[in-house]
Amino acid sequence: MKPSSIAIHRHRKEVLSGWALLLPALIIMLVFTVYPVFRSLYLSLTKYKMGMTAPEFIGFDNFVRLWKSSTFWKVMGNTVYFALLTVIPSMVLGLCLAMLVNRTGKHIGFIRSAFFYPSIMPMIAIAATWLFIYMARNGLFDQLLQSMGFEPMDVLSHKETVLPAMAVMYVWRESGYLMVFFLSGLQAINQDVLEAASIDGATGWKTFRYITLPLLAPTTLFISTIAFTNCFKLADQVIIMTEGAPNNASTLLLYYIYQQGFTNMNYGVSSALTVIMLALLMLVSMPRFFSQDRKIHYT
Amino acid sequence: MSKKSIGSKVLTVFSILLGLIWLAPLVWLVGTALTETTFKMSFLPTTGFTFDNIKYVWNAVPFGQYYLNTIILVVVTFAIQFFTSTLAAYSLAFMDYKGKSLVFVVIFMQIIIPNDVLITPNFMTLAEMGVIDTKLGIMLPFLGSATAIFLLRQHFKTVPRAFGEAARIDGANLWQTIWRVYMPCAKPAYMSFAVISVSYHWNNYLWPLIVTKSPENRTLTVGLAIFAKSKEANMQWSNVCAATFIIILPLLLAFFIMQKQFMNSFVSAGVKE
Repeated sequence: MKPSSIAIHRHRKEVLSGWALLLPALIIMLVFTVYPVFRSLYLSLTKYKMGMTAPEFIGFDNFVRLWKSSTFWKVMGNTVYFALLTVIPSMVLGLCLAMLVNRTGKHIGFIRSAFFYPSIMPMIAIAATWLFIYMARNGLFDQLLQSMGFEPMDVLSHKETVLPAMAVMYVWRESGYLMVFFLSGLQAINQDVLEAASIDGATGWKTFRYITLPLLAPTTLFISTIAFTNCFKLADQVIIMTEGAPNNASTLLLYYIYQQGFTNMNYGVSSALTVIMLALLMLVSMPRFFSQDRKIHYT
Repeated sequence: MSKKSIGSKVLTVFSILLGLIWLAPLVWLVGTALTETTFKMSFLPTTGFTFDNIKYVWNAVPFGQYYLNTIILVVVTFAIQFFTSTLAAYSLAFMDYKGKSLVFVVIFMQIIIPNDVLITPNFMTLAEMGVIDTKLGIMLPFLGSATAIFLLRQHFKTVPRAFGEAARIDGANLWQTIWRVYMPCAKPAYMSFAVISVSYHWNNYLWPLIVTKSPENRTLTVGLAIFAKSKEANMQWSNVCAATFIIILPLLLAFFIMQKQFMNSFVSAGVKE
């Protein structure tokens, strides 16, 4: 064999083994991530309910029907409202906690753990516990209100308070999680810059506002994507605490997808809702693609 | 005493207090689970210590079976992810062929679109494969993990190329090179991914709920939810707390022992683009 053909032979072998090594993981990702996305797109254009043997193409009817449905708009409103109630507060709180624990010291490990531990508890366990905290009258929260001379609120049974109550629980869980990302962002900031600022006479707030915060911007953008995605992909608390009650006031989009697909067995509508969820996820992932500094984050 | 050290003392006290507030739900949960039942809920226990609630719940619900199921699920899922991700990460890190960028598109798709939201179409696929109500069905969508591939590829790339080449020259084949050279170098990445994978699958609820129908395959989270919503559990906070305590104990213990490793793991999986 001539040297060049040996090289070609080698290269072919590398191509083959390269794909072979990829194959097991790639097949799973194609079947359970790529295919379901396209399948949802297709099924969202069909009528497909329990008892039907095959989906029936109906164009955009599912979307038109959703557009006209007040329940759908209520669910979308809830989803956006819940995201606003949770994402921004847990990011602000996460940053505050990170600054609080960005020190060395005897108790710092313990304090960080105290903020982070809810993240490794299943949401279902958290919701089962907080259900009793929020329970009417006898629950810890209502007892606290009564001991201070207020009326018990029974927060999970009222449409005005059910989402805020869930949001408090969610923020308690999520802010500790986001804290560790902010912490690693803070620790990546060059100490010389902060020192130079303090020599130049910058005080605490000014250093934070004009140095720490801008340097943390890429981290923050990245964290916002995580925070929104986490918020949209979780409906466990709805299943255990309220099942959407009262009157769909706590129905979130993923719970609605679940309800349409697995309680009502309406796969067409469930797929249309899935497509809307996909659009939301793409929207909140934009920072990943458009952020200027693509090399942000974390060693 | 300088102004700075007083300030730092105040901060420490403040953060300890705040940490205690964060711990309050856990304190209540553990206190309630391990003390005698009361008629009125109280934040701190007012009755004597007992294991009765735990015993009652353990016998009322097949938690032994659920534990076994969850452990099998978590271990097998991680073992397969370990294998598939190592191979894929090696291929993407070092091998040269066309079409790689398309593979990255697929990987990014999974990072942006978590499996948690694809329940409807993925359930249909499982039904067509005939693996509904099996442990395999719960695992399948997670056996090719974009996060793991990305994390490992990143670590493999930091290993000097000469190491791998030296092994090849000494006659090691591809498997031996990965096994002896790259895997040991990427140990921290494997540890991080183990933590993330195990916590995710231990805690996951919606997908196992949808896939499983029989107690032989249910996970702890599904079992807890069924118990918490059952008639026996209605208003019985000591029992629900006991059941919750049973399912969170192993991970919480592991976390409080290796808190640093846990927290770093979650951060390191934040994908570098």
